[in-house]
Amino acid sequence: MQNKDIKRLTLILLFAPFALWILLLIILPHIGMVVLSLKEKVAPRVYEYSFANYLDFLHEPIYWNTLLRTGSMSLLVTALALLIGFPIAYYIAKIAGPRARGGLFLLCLIPLWVSDLIRSFGWILLLRETGVISNFLLWTGLIGQPVEFLYNDAAVIVGLVYTVILFMIVPLVSTLDGMDNSMIEAGYNLGGNGFTVLRRIIIPYAMPGIVAGCIVTFMLSAGSYLTPILLGGKNSSWFTEQIYNQFITRFNWEGGAAFGMLLLLFTSIVIWLGLKLSGQTLANTVAKS
Amino acid sequence: MLAQKKTSPFLLGYRLYVVAFFIFLAAPLISAGAFAFNDSLFPALPWQGFTLDWFFSDTEPKLGMFHDRRLLQGLYYSFVIAIFVAALSVFVGTTNAFLFVRGEFPGKNFFYIMMVVPLVIPGVILGISILVLASDTANYLEDTIDLELEFLRPGILLVVLGQFSFIATITSLVITARLKKFDETMEEAAFNLGASRARVLRTITLPFLRPAMIAAGIVAFLVSFENFNTTLFLVGSEAPLTITMYDRMAKVGSTPVLNAVSFVLMVGSGLLALLSILIQRDKSAQ
Repeated sequence: MQNKDIKRLTLILLFAPFALWILLLIILPHIGMVVLSLKEKVAPRVYEYSFANYLDFLHEPIYWNTLLRTGSMSLLVTALALLIGFPIAYYIAKIAGPRARGGLFLLCLIPLWVSDLIRSFGWILLLRETGVISNFLLWTGLIGQPVEFLYNDAAVIVGLVYTVILFMIVPLVSTLDGMDNSMIEAGYNLGGNGFTVLRRIIIPYAMPGIVAGCIVTFMLSAGSYLTPILLGGKNSSWFTEQIYNQFITRFNWEGGAAFGMLLLLFTSIVIWLGLKLSGQTLANTVAKS
Repeated sequence: MLAQKKTSPFLLGYRLYVVAFFIFLAAPLISAGAFAFNDSLFPALPWQGFTLDWFFSDTEPKLGMFHDRRLLQGLYYSFVIAIFVAALSVFVGTTNAFLFVRGEFPGKNFFYIMMVVPLVIPGVILGISILVLASDTANYLEDTIDLELEFLRPGILLVVLGQFSFIATITSLVITARLKKFDETMEEAAFNLGASRARVLRTITLPFLRPAMIAAGIVAFLVSFENFNTTLFLVGSEAPLTITMYDRMAKVGSTPVLNAVSFVLMVGSGLLALLSILIQRDKSAQ
């Protein structure tokens, strides 16, 4: 009997930090944000509950265009990260020798330990008009005068793919690593060519890793703030920038909270659709990587 | 195995692709670091010769980072914040690991998913939601019982809480993975030899978890140090380094002193990452 009490007490003591964390820092703040987003300022310090902030969003094409643009560009970034990252992950997990494997994997992780700011700063120094690439092309004679590679959508996409690709490669390597090589060989022995083996054996096996990578990359890309602003300049029109403007520049917290909810809803729907379409769950993808 | 089956031009092309990819990964980091040593007022080509001025010079216009008070202050605040976040995240990560590996309670799967969720919420949203709740609470207390709680206003505490809110997920996952590998017969053996519960925890279970706890702490420290999105909304007058650097970039434009800071940060986090790898390797040798 006493033993049972101790067990129960331990459980409660272990549950307390978890409950405080999730309740105070995740659930309550989000409820607070929903409540705030439903308030409308009708007079100084007088508020009414309404959907005004959400209607503002719908009535102003700039707002929902920005959200759609953020979403579609993030999907593009996710697709590119998968296309570029998959061969790399496959090489690390299956083709490289056992000694090279660890080294290559670590090389992949290095940019992870450098802040977003420094990565974008590096890209600025490479891409701008007086930057390294422009100078290099001048030197080779391919271009006659300095070219500005910065402040356009391509620069934003390159920067975002660079920032998120590691989160694609890491889960892919860990799922591909667990795959038995004889499965691939069996595919070849049964007469499959490289493409069939990839499509029928490797990709289905790697699906949890692919989904985990895509979820994290999409979320990071849609939620990023620094890279689009620094590399895209004034016209980057990223949705997080709108949230920042509402909150800090215009001090319209109600509007900012509504925008935040919209971004959260939007990314959640995309992630939920991705999970449904691929038949995976959050627990066996993101939690495992 | 598989490699031999494919024709060798294909493999050669594949290798070239991998090499090109790593050049892509390294290029911006090299350019961010290398210009710290260029003896010029701008971080751009042409190369004007080697200098350490951007680190140690104490005169304008080439004020080195170790004499730049605002940058040093940012470094200090980042350090303080990262230490608190790491300590808090490792503590909660450890209790969470025990909760989810050892505990049996209704709704365990649901709560496990709740634990993972902070990782898929955009950092900006975490920042503003915590800002909103803290300000609402502070305003409410001020209006009703005239109590002014300064720590609920943007500042170090809110930055620590904001970063902790998602970094705790990372540490929980790392430590949970390690605890799952624990052989419970070791604990039973100790109990049979007459050890108390606290003693078993101290001498058997926690030493087993230590490598994962240290590695999780290092990861938490680094993620906190480099965080920008969540911090941006919660920062008060004590700005950590990433915010200071961003301000400098926005106001002054890119100057080589930022390259010097980048270089120092890259070397520092590289060393920490190496340390965490060595600790992990120790673990697999045991």
